Amino acid sequence: MKKDCKDCGAELTIPQDSMVGEIITCPDCGTDFEIISKNQESVEMKEAESVAEDWGQ
Amino acid sequence: MIRICIIYDKIRFEEKKIYNKIKEKGFDATLVDGKSLIFDTESSKHDPVFGDIILQRVISYYRGLHLTYCLEQTGLSVVNSYNVSEICGNKLITSMVLKKNNVPTPKTTFAFSTESARECMKNLGYPLVVKPIIGSWGRGIYQIKDQSMAEMLLETRQDNDNSFSRIYYFQELIDRPSRDIRCIVVGDEIVASVYRHSSENEWRTNVAMGGRTEEAPLTSQLQEIVLKASKAIGSGILGVDLMEDRERGYLVHEVNNTVEFRGASAVCKSDIAGAMTDYLVRRSTK
Repeated sequence: MKKDCKDCGAELTIPQDSMVGEIITCPDCGTDFEIISKNQESVEMKEAESVAEDWGQ
Repeated sequence: MIRICIIYDKIRFEEKKIYNKIKEKGFDATLVDGKSLIFDTESSKHDPVFGDIILQRVISYYRGLHLTYCLEQTGLSVVNSYNVSEICGNKLITSMVLKKNNVPTPKTTFAFSTESARECMKNLGYPLVVKPIIGSWGRGIYQIKDQSMAEMLLETRQDNDNSFSRIYYFQELIDRPSRDIRCIVVGDEIVASVYRHSSENEWRTNVAMGGRTEEAPLTSQLQEIVLKASKAIGSGILGVDLMEDRERGYLVHEVNNTVEFRGASAVCKSDIAGAMTDYLVRRSTK
């Protein structure tokens, strides 16, 4: 599945097995997008939260 | 059927792996975005979305900690618990808890202002290691090699308005091989142990910093120390990190609460996600 980057317009490839909550990174501008819904025909994404100081494992 | 709820704020390799494993084993798995949850003082445990047991995999320490508190207050079982999460997420508390429970750990000193940090570094001498008390993936961890670097650190920290930037965590620099050990503990079982070799021109061993993993032998001594560390923290699903001091042997320097295991799963034969699933089933309230 393909989608255009909302920031730079580059083509994003959404892997078939991707899940809601996964992050897709634009190969051109590096913007991270979070998948918020997905079905056979379409995928919706929003800009992901940026890494915060308390992120980790 | 036992229902397992995974709370996340970003789906990584690990969340996907565990989710698929739960389903593969025939249990019900639900993924819930922690960012979408709302709680109030009247919240009850009857929301079926949370199932019989919750695996907390939120990547933001504070979001995860507070969500866990809310969930536990409604009577739900969360892995890891609030108490375990709080200890693991704060390096100062981790170090104190390890030492109090006689788990070998590097000597660590804490200071709570610019002036006391300056005095502290002068007394400890160089080189030494500074770490942020909150945070992960090796970020903000530096070797302070001399007085001028110490002053740079203090200036940088002063310019940072993060509340934790004025709390200083200084650790002795350990004489060790260019690797550390990550053990993944599930309950009272060590399901994987790997070396994490630091990459070229990098002393930190974090996989996020380019570290390379290799399966490590689980010696009886390593096993004993890791299980002791896990028990001291409160047990659950944990990543125990150790260094190999050339004189003192194993030293536990960190315990991770939402352990990442992509690197370990690539080199270990054990079924890490499967062991986690089995543990969650055992801990479920059903």
